[in-house]
Amino acid sequence: MPMTSITEHTQRDPAADQAIYEAAVSQVLDEAKAQGATSSEAGISCESGFSTTVRLGDVETVEHHRDRGMGVTVYFGQRKGSASTSDLSAGALRDAVRAACDIAKYTSEDECAGLADADCMATEIPDLDLYHPWDLDPDGAIDIALECEEVARGYDKRITNSEGVTINTHQTRRVYANSHGFLAGYPSSSHSLSCVLIGEQDGAMQRDYWYTSARDASELESAVDVGKRAAERTVRRLGARRISTCQTPVIFAAEMASGLVGSFISAIRGGAQYRKTTFLLNKLGAQVFPEWVHIHEQPRLLKGLASSPYDGEGVATTDRDFVVDGVVQSYVLDSYSARKLGRVTTGNAGGVRNLSIDSGSNDFAQLLKMMGKGLLVTEMMGHGTNMMTGDYSRGASGFWVEDGEIAYPVEEITVAGNLSDMFQGLLAVGSDVDLRGRIRTGSHLIDNMTIAGE
Amino acid sequence: MSQSLDIARSLILEPAGLGQRDLDRVVDQLLSPSVDAADLYFQTSRYESWVLEDGIIKEASYNIDQGAGLRAVSGEKTGFAYSDEIALPALLEAASSARAISRAGQDGRVKIQPVGGAPMLYPAIDPLGTLTSEQKVDLLRQVDAEARKQDPRVVEVIASLAATHDVILLAASDGSLNGDIRPLVRMNVTVIVEQGDKREQASCGGGGRRSYQWFGEDEHALEYAREAVRRALVNLEAVAAPAGDMPVVLGPGWPGVLLHEAIGHGLEGDFNRKGTSAFSGRLGERVASDLCTVVDDGTMPGRRGSLTIDDEGVPTQNTVLIENGILRNYMQDKMNARLMGMEETGNGRRESYAHLPMPRMTNTYMLAGKSDPAEIIASVEKGLYAVNFGGGQVDITSGKFVFSASEAYLIENGKVTRPVKGATLIGDGPEVLSRVSMVGNDLELDSGVGVCGKEGQSVPVGVGQPTLKIDMLTVGGTST
Repeated sequence: MPMTSITEHTQRDPAADQAIYEAAVSQVLDEAKAQGATSSEAGISCESGFSTTVRLGDVETVEHHRDRGMGVTVYFGQRKGSASTSDLSAGALRDAVRAACDIAKYTSEDECAGLADADCMATEIPDLDLYHPWDLDPDGAIDIALECEEVARGYDKRITNSEGVTINTHQTRRVYANSHGFLAGYPSSSHSLSCVLIGEQDGAMQRDYWYTSARDASELESAVDVGKRAAERTVRRLGARRISTCQTPVIFAAEMASGLVGSFISAIRGGAQYRKTTFLLNKLGAQVFPEWVHIHEQPRLLKGLASSPYDGEGVATTDRDFVVDGVVQSYVLDSYSARKLGRVTTGNAGGVRNLSIDSGSNDFAQLLKMMGKGLLVTEMMGHGTNMMTGDYSRGASGFWVEDGEIAYPVEEITVAGNLSDMFQGLLAVGSDVDLRGRIRTGSHLIDNMTIAGE
Repeated sequence: MSQSLDIARSLILEPAGLGQRDLDRVVDQLLSPSVDAADLYFQTSRYESWVLEDGIIKEASYNIDQGAGLRAVSGEKTGFAYSDEIALPALLEAASSARAISRAGQDGRVKIQPVGGAPMLYPAIDPLGTLTSEQKVDLLRQVDAEARKQDPRVVEVIASLAATHDVILLAASDGSLNGDIRPLVRMNVTVIVEQGDKREQASCGGGGRRSYQWFGEDEHALEYAREAVRRALVNLEAVAAPAGDMPVVLGPGWPGVLLHEAIGHGLEGDFNRKGTSAFSGRLGERVASDLCTVVDDGTMPGRRGSLTIDDEGVPTQNTVLIENGILRNYMQDKMNARLMGMEETGNGRRESYAHLPMPRMTNTYMLAGKSDPAEIIASVEKGLYAVNFGGGQVDITSGKFVFSASEAYLIENGKVTRPVKGATLIGDGPEVLSRVSMVGNDLELDSGVGVCGKEGQSVPVGVGQPTLKIDMLTVGGTST
């Protein structure tokens, strides 16, 4: 069977690329069928773009990227095999299908294995407005980055060094098909600007950063704002000290709080439920958060950084509540974990998309006032989370808060507790929502945690 | 000329119909008068993994990735482009993109020549083919059975087996042509245990630059299963970990992740050239107690972190980082060594052809001391004895680092008593080793599990140390 070869495609029409990738995945599925597979699925992605870093007023790197890959999974009844290749030539695609089929001879019958059910497939593919290529060349990017760094370095004389300002602009095209007849694809773009600085005071250095990212470059924060914010964040950390071991309320700044929500999502993921490797085992219908908490997903937000019209198995994505009035409403399921649990997929193959926890009306300053005295965590280190028990212990730095105001910077301490208690002890979520990731949340105020320090 | 180079040429250049003159032409294309150095890095990498869970072979996959990365370095500037197509037109186009970092200029003229190989630290084999598919499946089933028969509280076993066959070929503007064949195998066993309503899990594994057959020798794979069960059962009994400053005794081997985080990253050349490390400008100064000698050694045969040559073609070496407490050396790649006027140390590594090389660790460990490990524990009145860890992380600028204990015990009156729950330990890199008051005579290296991440790039590494006593370290438990 002839298969089309995919070669150079720089500066080509995106619609033409789409057609070529669609033809290639179709041929992969045909080849799988010819090899005897009872069902199969395949995806191709191609990401291209560049990134450039300037440091101390001069260019440091210009990197041109282009990453392509094809992944295929074949099923022989209930046995499964997978393969992937970065070489999209006809011969390499065929070899990958054969490798997947060979492997499937050695895997076991698994009654839950298989494609997602045909009736779950997305039937319409809405345009989610994710594709906004940035008309920018490396020289233009360098100019923006230089401006950002100049503002940042000029912000305060204690900014003594820089790790650089990086601009990244990429376009991605994905196509996915399976033997239910599903075949779809869409282009997307993503752009970011980040600034990492070093400040120095009394011989001690501190590093901090700020970044902005968006599907559409016109929605990025300005280079001046990013530079100022990075500088302000770096300078405020200077003079950090340790604090004594104590029990205290803690505010997790928005960009740290998204990790806590992420831990909740991991705990209600289907894989963790059927393997029983979660501290939130069988908690569907249980009160896990205080009753004012609402956590929901909006996978089809226009221009959303995590938006997608269908999930990794072609299942239509849809708005979903995971927590209402503090009670768990749904697990996070793909078709495999759904079958293991006797449930239906929630369209979350590949994770959650644009997940939000509703904020109250308190802005960040009001959160500090509510806490009065305690710790504000702005950076964490390490991965000290035991998902089986919920035990939580991580390195932290941030600020000590007195009388509802930031008193002084703090470093070289740990914050510890148990995630179940931390979720129940959530007192407020700020309105200072961080929109830059898959999970959107404001800062979290938690009633009590253990700080280890001096 | 080395056997590895011959194999690399036959696997990479011949299928693409590329000859010596084509390499000359591409490297010429990368050069201009303001380019100090340029290189062309070809790679073809095959990876497979097999996973057993629920007592069945649940998943298996085979992956192939290949391409070429082209780099032009001019002073502190680097231009980089890569192609997943190994063919002359694509390489010339990528070379033009990479060279654009240094504007215009006349072409260089380079004649690429094979260079003599460094001593090979691992066999030039394709590890994927060192067991049949039936044998791989059988090995996983044996591990599953071994774990389950250890204790009735074992309720689930997840075992995985993986191998990479990595072939690289490197042509540089100094005219050198180098090749390396890098086998890497890895096995891992995770068990879940249940007792009443308490559940715990633990993992054990290992590997190295060798054949799959090693797992079957001396019951290595079965030992991973037994050890994973032991660790999980210990955690069932764990009580809350203490919070605050206290003496900490670290066990031998994998707890060497301390060295990787506390000092290793801070001694990488790039951070020190830029002055962003807490160790910047401190060569020749005391940064540890005189009991501490720490090396980074890429030359250990068969080790996960070892390389015959680094990703810039420089033979790896045994670099003394800290000698009797005094900071002696940084770890360098070519660019940072040149800009700092220092010697290359064979630490230029990259995740793949699609990433730029930078200074990275290989196998980082502390040499053995004189103390009996039992005597070290007996010297602590009240403290923590930590023998197994998850990962760690460091902020190289402030020097603060963490590493997370996954198996630890209280020491009370010189005796190891109760197991405690996992807790993060936090300290200050430039300070922590000055608090090392005893070093054991029991140096061990880890079993071959380490992955190091830096600026989004992952590379395999090794760590090791003897039993160590740190007089004061912060333990991040919940019990105050």
